[in-house]
Amino acid sequence: MKLLEYQGKELFTEHDIAVPKSYLARNQSELNQIADKLQFPVVLKSQLTVGGRGKAGAILKCMKLEDLAPKFTELLNKEVKGELPKVILIEEAVNIDKELYLSLFLNRGKRSYSLISSAQGGMDIESVENKVIQDISITGLTQSDAENIAKKLNLDGVTAKSFSNIVIKLAKLVREKEAELAEINPLAILKDGTCLALDSKIIIDDNSLFRHPELRKYVQISELQEQAEKSGFSFVELDGNIAIIGNGAGLVMSTLDIVTDAGGKPGAFLDFGGRATTETIYKALEVISKLSKIKAILVNLFGGIVRTDLVAQAILNAYQDGMITVPIYARISGAESEKSKKMLSNSNAKLYDTVEEAISSLVQYKELSK
Amino acid sequence: MSKKFDIFDILVGKPGDTDYGNKPVIIQGITGNFGSVHTRLMREYGTNIVAGVTPNKGGQTFEGIPVFDSVKDANKNLGAKISGIFVPAPFFLSAVKDAVNNGIKLLVAIPEHVPVRDAIEALEYAQTNGAKIIGPNTPGVIVPSVNKIGIMPSQPFTKGSTAVFSRSGTLMYEVSYHLSRQGIGQQIALGIGGDPINGTNLIEAFELISDRDEVESVVVVGEIGGDAEESLVQYIEKTGFSKPVVAYVAGRSAPKEKRMGHAGAIVYGNYGSAESKISSYSKVNIPVAKRPAEVPSILLKLMKLNKC
Repeated sequence: MKLLEYQGKELFTEHDIAVPKSYLARNQSELNQIADKLQFPVVLKSQLTVGGRGKAGAILKCMKLEDLAPKFTELLNKEVKGELPKVILIEEAVNIDKELYLSLFLNRGKRSYSLISSAQGGMDIESVENKVIQDISITGLTQSDAENIAKKLNLDGVTAKSFSNIVIKLAKLVREKEAELAEINPLAILKDGTCLALDSKIIIDDNSLFRHPELRKYVQISELQEQAEKSGFSFVELDGNIAIIGNGAGLVMSTLDIVTDAGGKPGAFLDFGGRATTETIYKALEVISKLSKIKAILVNLFGGIVRTDLVAQAILNAYQDGMITVPIYARISGAESEKSKKMLSNSNAKLYDTVEEAISSLVQYKELSK
Repeated sequence: MSKKFDIFDILVGKPGDTDYGNKPVIIQGITGNFGSVHTRLMREYGTNIVAGVTPNKGGQTFEGIPVFDSVKDANKNLGAKISGIFVPAPFFLSAVKDAVNNGIKLLVAIPEHVPVRDAIEALEYAQTNGAKIIGPNTPGVIVPSVNKIGIMPSQPFTKGSTAVFSRSGTLMYEVSYHLSRQGIGQQIALGIGGDPINGTNLIEAFELISDRDEVESVVVVGEIGGDAEESLVQYIEKTGFSKPVVAYVAGRSAPKEKRMGHAGAIVYGNYGSAESKISSYSKVNIPVAKRPAEVPSILLKLMKLNKC
């Protein structure tokens, strides 16, 4: 779960990592309530999960009260990579001496945590220069470890102390909240030498949420996503118009690639996981049926123990109930495939022996290019 | 350096062992939904399941298999070194400790949704005590025509001389099915697991078979996320691993920063991208199939070249 900037900053505040003075507004009336408290200049920041807000113009500086409302409205209506903000963070601008980069992340290869720091912050991590990457123990990080990191960045005096304190606190946050990533970029050095977190990027391990009731308020998923998750499905909405359903994340990803290679445009990824029963397939089709952009469905199902007639029955039921009207192209390897082909012979669904055959028929379907 | 972990010795044994090809296995979580179904299927395949574990159900039996409260109770006189873990994710860590403390050397960890923190702790615990974990979130491991510990269907697998290592369950079945159809059987097929933290990563999987002459080639089924494939390529370069290898990478067309079903299948920037993995493979001339069905023909071609 990727937290929004303000949510991450709430965790920073809880862990005593300094952030700028800020307010949140969801709409004009909330903005009105805070407007006269603001010390200008302020920075308006669209709260989005996607990256690249700065470049997309979703962060605006505002010098005076008269500009506040128009800039606020502009941001609320500005879509970045298909995402609209629900809330705008309004922060008082600070005088910055220098910007640093600091992050702690789960290093998958090493099966432990690593720390990245740099005396050049403020940009995308891939373009951050002179990165220092080192392994750290998030449970055993000492003050002197943290001071050594400060030394590597040539920090001294008040700044070295403030920075190393933040390193310790960030490690504590990562440990306690079970974060896979906690990034402060930029970490500003103020005129008085102390450090202040200007931005936050925190990703929490979804699988640990069951023991973090305090983070549940940050879970924000669409209704459709929720419905899919309740059924135990992995569901990702994509840009195109072909829904791809299968058993197993790898298999569905692989199918996505073959469809894309053949010129099709996937519009949904749905992995229904372990068991292919009439009920699960029906439920998967139900999730897909809520997406009006979907013009065709590809089912790719592999399993030696799958009874394809159960899948065929789910497809027939979905058509009979009027839930699905678009054509279904299916490759289902398993038992009873001849029977299943017959069952579907008068429907808008067709069974194929290989996924390649299913896809080559699918991409010729005329409605897809309309 | 410590002695190499010999997975075949544990799973199959050595000719002459009284239980050669019939090694005892304990199933943790045997009475659960998944555990019970797959215990039945594993047994049908030939896996010698000698005991099950479900806390508070000690004393019961499951289809003739005695059930105990813990591995501690179960493994007193059985000498089992293999455990299949089918417990729900929140109980994973304690199940691992119970197994490792009581003689288990190979833990096949099926559960999905294990928190990263627990996975790291479990791995450290196993490693310190000389045990190995496969998974979590793995379909398991199969030695075709001998035994399987996991949830994979049996039909796609046939005995032979290649090794299949896969980060995805269904793709392991799919690729093995295509291989088997072309007459290429498997000496072993092992699921790495779809999580960000893997008890046996790709490099360690390669280590399991690198000295084994019976394994003539390797198929690596990868996917987006992390840098397991990139690290594998460094390992192959460094060690001069010489068996023919064919790779596949799922998720070329997946969008960035979206978790594609597996907890570990997510791209940040270029980190974890399919392009990065495919270009790594090309550095050591490992061919990458575009589709799972392409794997056998590429492998056959490579084997022919290798024999010339």
